[in-house]
Parts: sequence; C-alpha cells; structure tokens
Amino acid sequence: MTGRWRLPLRLAALTYLGFLVALPVGSVFYRAFQHGFGAAWHAISSPDAVHALWLTFLVALIAVPLDTVFGVGVALILSRHRFPGAWLLDAFVDLPLAVSPVVVGIALVLVYGKSGWFGNWLAGHGITIIFSLPGIVMASATVALPYVVREVLPVLQEIGTDQEQAAATLGASPFTVFRRITLPSIRRSLAYGVTLTTARVIGEFGAVAVVSGLVAGKTETLTLFIQDGVENLNLVAAYAGAVVLALIALAVLAVVGAGRRGPTDAPTKERGTPRWRSRSDPSPSDSEVPLLSTT
Amino acid sequence: MSLEVPDGSLTALLGPSGGGKSTLLRVVAGLEVPDSGTIEFDGEDVTGVPVRDRGIGFCFQHYAPFRHLTVRKNVSFGLEVRKRPKAEIRAKVDELLDLVKIDHLADRYPSQLSGGQRQRMALARALAIEPQLLLLDEPFGALDARVRQELRVWLRELHETISVTTVLVTHDQEEAMEVADHLAIINEGRLEQIGHPTDMYDHPANEFVMKFLGPATQLNGEWVRPHDLVIHRNPADGDNAGTVERVTHLGFEVRVDVALEGGGAAWVQLSRGVANELDLASGDPVWISRTGASGRHGKGQPTARVPSRGPGTDGAPLQLLAPDPLAPNTTS
Repeated sequence: MTGRWRLPLRLAALTYLGFLVALPVGSVFYRAFQHGFGAAWHAISSPDAVHALWLTFLVALIAVPLDTVFGVGVALILSRHRFPGAWLLDAFVDLPLAVSPVVVGIALVLVYGKSGWFGNWLAGHGITIIFSLPGIVMASATVALPYVVREVLPVLQEIGTDQEQAAATLGASPFTVFRRITLPSIRRSLAYGVTLTTARVIGEFGAVAVVSGLVAGKTETLTLFIQDGVENLNLVAAYAGAVVLALIALAVLAVVGAGRRGPTDAPTKERGTPRWRSRSDPSPSDSEVPLLSTT
Repeated sequence: MSLEVPDGSLTALLGPSGGGKSTLLRVVAGLEVPDSGTIEFDGEDVTGVPVRDRGIGFCFQHYAPFRHLTVRKNVSFGLEVRKRPKAEIRAKVDELLDLVKIDHLADRYPSQLSGGQRQRMALARALAIEPQLLLLDEPFGALDARVRQELRVWLRELHETISVTTVLVTHDQEEAMEVADHLAIINEGRLEQIGHPTDMYDHPANEFVMKFLGPATQLNGEWVRPHDLVIHRNPADGDNAGTVERVTHLGFEVRVDVALEGGGAAWVQLSRGVANELDLASGDPVWISRTGASGRHGKGQPTARVPSRGPGTDGAPLQLLAPDPLAPNTTS
C-alpha cells in the first residue's frame, strides 16, 4: 500500500466504524443519562431490571459451562476418533449458527412446549421447560453451542496426538493425559471460545424471546427487558439496560484482549497463533551444543 | 513374523520407508493393537497390557515434547505421574539431564531448544521411568547430517553406559550398521533377516538384504559385493572375461564398470592405489574373480532365521522377548 492511499483508507475505515458502531452506541449512552444519572439509576434499580440482570447472569452461569463441556467433548471426539457419521456431527455443530435464533426458539417450543412432542409427558411430571428458566437456558446454550468447538477443534487437530501418546507411555491415565497435557495445550483457544460463548449467551435475544414468554420480573432477561422498555415507551429504562449490557460486553472484550496478548514470556505458543512469538527469540541451533564431552 | 530382541542389545529395525517398521515399534509399545499375534516381555504376554502399564520408554520421531512444560518438567513427568517423592524426582531428573548433557537447559521450553537438544530431552524423559525397553522411532530422522553423525556416536556410548535394551527404527543402513549390535531387516511387512550387522553384510539371506545393506553387483548370476571382486590384467582359472566400459574416480574409491563376455555387466570397487597400479582405461580387456570368504546369499547364516516369505505379518505371531528389567541404578 502506497503512502498516499494510507490516510484516505484509514479515514474510510474509521468513518464506517463510526457510523455503524460508535455513533449508535454513543447515542445510547447519551440518551440513558439524558435526564441525569439519578433517573438512569432509578430505572436500572427497579425490581424488574434487577431481576432481568440476575436472570441473565443465572442463564450464563448454567449455559456457558454446559457449552464448554459439550464443546470440548465434541472437539475431542472429532479430532481424536474416526467414525462413520463424524461429518454429520461436524455439520450439526454449525447448525445453530446457520439458522436464525428465532427458528431455534420455535423448534424448542415445538418439541418441549405444551402442545409439543414431549409436552404432555413433561406436564404430567410437573416439568415446565418453555416459558421458564430451563427453556431460556436451552435456547441460550443452543445458539452459543458452536463457539467452543470451533475454537478448540483446530488447535486439537494441529497439536496432534504425539504428546498425548508420549504421556501415556510415561504412565499417565487418560484423565491425567487430558488434564496435564491436552487441557494446557488448548487453554488459550478454550478461554477465547468460552468468552465468545458468554458474550453470545448474555446478548441473545431472538431465541430467548420465543421461549421465555416475556413475563416481566419472571422470565425477562436483560435483552428482553430492554425490548420491553422500548415497546412500552419506558425509554430511560431501555437505554439504561442497554448501557449495562454494553458495559458487560466491553468487560468481556477486555478479558479476551488481555488473554490474546498473553504474557509475552509464555513459551506455550500454539503454532496456529504466531502473533505470540517474539521476534527476539534466539533461534536455537545445534552448533553451540557441547556434545560428547569425553570424561 | 517372529522377532526376538536379546537382553541388553541395541537392535535396529531397518528397512525402506513404509515397510512397517514404525508400526511394529508402536505395536510393541502398545500404541497400536495388533490384528493378531502376541508381544512378550521376558516370556510374559503383554499384548493386552495398556501402553501406560508396559513400562516402555518411547521416543517419537518428532520427539513429541510437552510444549507447555520446561525441559525439567518434561523429564519429570513420568515420575510425577507415578507419584514419586519430590526429592527423589529432583535428584533423578538432575542425574538424567546431566547424562544427556542438557543440564544447562533445564528451565528452557522445548521451543527454545534445537532439534538435537529436543532429541536428548525426549530420551531423558523416556529413561526417567527406568523402562525395561527403550524404543526409538527414527531417532535421527529430523536432524541435519552433522548433528545426526554426532548423536549416533553419542547414542552408542549412552547405550554402553546404561545398557537398557533398545530397539530403534531407521531406514538408513549406514546408521543402523554403525549404531546397532543387532539388525532386523523389514520389508513390506515381512522380516527379511535378523542377526549381527557384519554377519548379515557378509551373509545376506536374500537379494533384498544383499542390496539393502550395501553396494551389490552380479557375477555369474550371483550377487556379490563390488569390493569383493578383483580385476586381473591376465586370465587365470575361473576368471570371468570382460571389457572395461568406464572408470570413475570417486575420491578414495574407484568404480570400474565392466561388460562381461558372457553377457551382463558388473561393477568393481577398487581402492585408489589398486586402480592406479592396474592403470585401466575403457576398452581394456580384463578378467574378474572373487576374493575372500564372504559368501553369497543363501549360504551359512549363523545368527539369522530365514524368514517365511509367506502371508506377511497378518496371522503370523509377533513375538518380542524383552529381557529382565534394568539393574536398579541404570543411570549413574
């Protein structure tokens, strides 16, 4: 890229980001505090708002570990075992990303709703899934399902099985191999996958809107609370809720950023991420090796 | 195939790439399950024993270093898994790092080591658990020529120090001849011959072994070593008449291609002194005879078992007899 194009290109990129991200987000912040900090605080400390925040937190607390365990498990299966139908599992993992979240919500209602396939059986056993916490967790876990798999799988494929086999020859049980060899190797990608999962779960709207029933103070997550505020012209509450959501998102991004930069002296570089490799690493050579000291 | 590895030996599984050597090694280690056949250590069937309980030291072709652990932690891994006391682990690791001469690199990570250093770290890691059998998969394959040469000598010396029964896989006959005291030639999943390197060089069981272990040429339909042939200027009894086609000087040795009178061609390897004395030029009439006692293939093989050229590995029992566990203080 020649010098004379650099400035216009930067300006174009910044303008694009400005109109798409900075301006709308900034205006949300502005509108939230338009009538003073007190009004915003009042709106966000109402029982419904606090409950929505709590529910969002609770859903993330359940759905993220579920997706993490499932994601690592599927990534291990897909990378360490060959079996017929593996491609199908691989494709299924991406399905929640491919279909609209609304479709995910409707599909859950179809299966677990009152008139759904398991509806009668569930009702007979006093279990409610749709329009209650289990449904919200399921919808959130479903839409955020691919992230851990997609982050961890390529790293597992890249590092191969040599280290795990070496650990096995040294006497490690399969669980020890996973805990002491596999897990440290995928640590960074797993952290990134978990962060993306968390962000998605906290911000999910469509799928949760379908299954939650939108009962304020009961089945309203933070995103639904914001939508509720917009619809009922309780705009300060909506904007204040949006600010909280945005702050959570920023915190998540900060964690990812810190994790990505990583400690510069960490030698556990995963090969797929050369940005961690410091240029000053002296390239080791065999020439300085004192061999065969005849003692 | 049936293959026995003697106690305390350094045996090389030698053969062309893709011949099943590494697979055999992995089956012995328990990393792969044989379709049929048995593995025995010291007379005990271990075919069903999982890899972690076999007590085997395995060095992978690309060393498989634990990239997130320091050299010291790599070497101590096997001992930590076995829940040995901390002080014992520390002493043992120090001893091993010293033995493989990377004690000054103990706190480095594998990514900060050269290939040769990684190789020696992998060896120390494998030796830490005091294996009853040490398996090395193409131990020098990924190193450049000079380092490879040094490590060969070093490995042989190391083996003399610790005398743990060792099996290594290589496709390099020179490497196998130099390092090993036993050779097993494996080709296309078959065991072609097993024995001492020199015996096998002089008495190859078949044409494949003959050609694989060193230079070979044909005289009267028999395979011979070109350095076992003598060129005469004058005919004598039993000599084969021919005409010099080409004389090639290759530094120390001189290669003479001869077109034989009865059809066919042979080549003779001469030292420079002998070649200068003969003063050969292409077109010269010469007579070739064989020297020495070195036999042709098919004749006496004191240590070799003639392999069955049968169905290959499938269905045939695979035996590997390993010796007594090491003497307790192997690394001092």
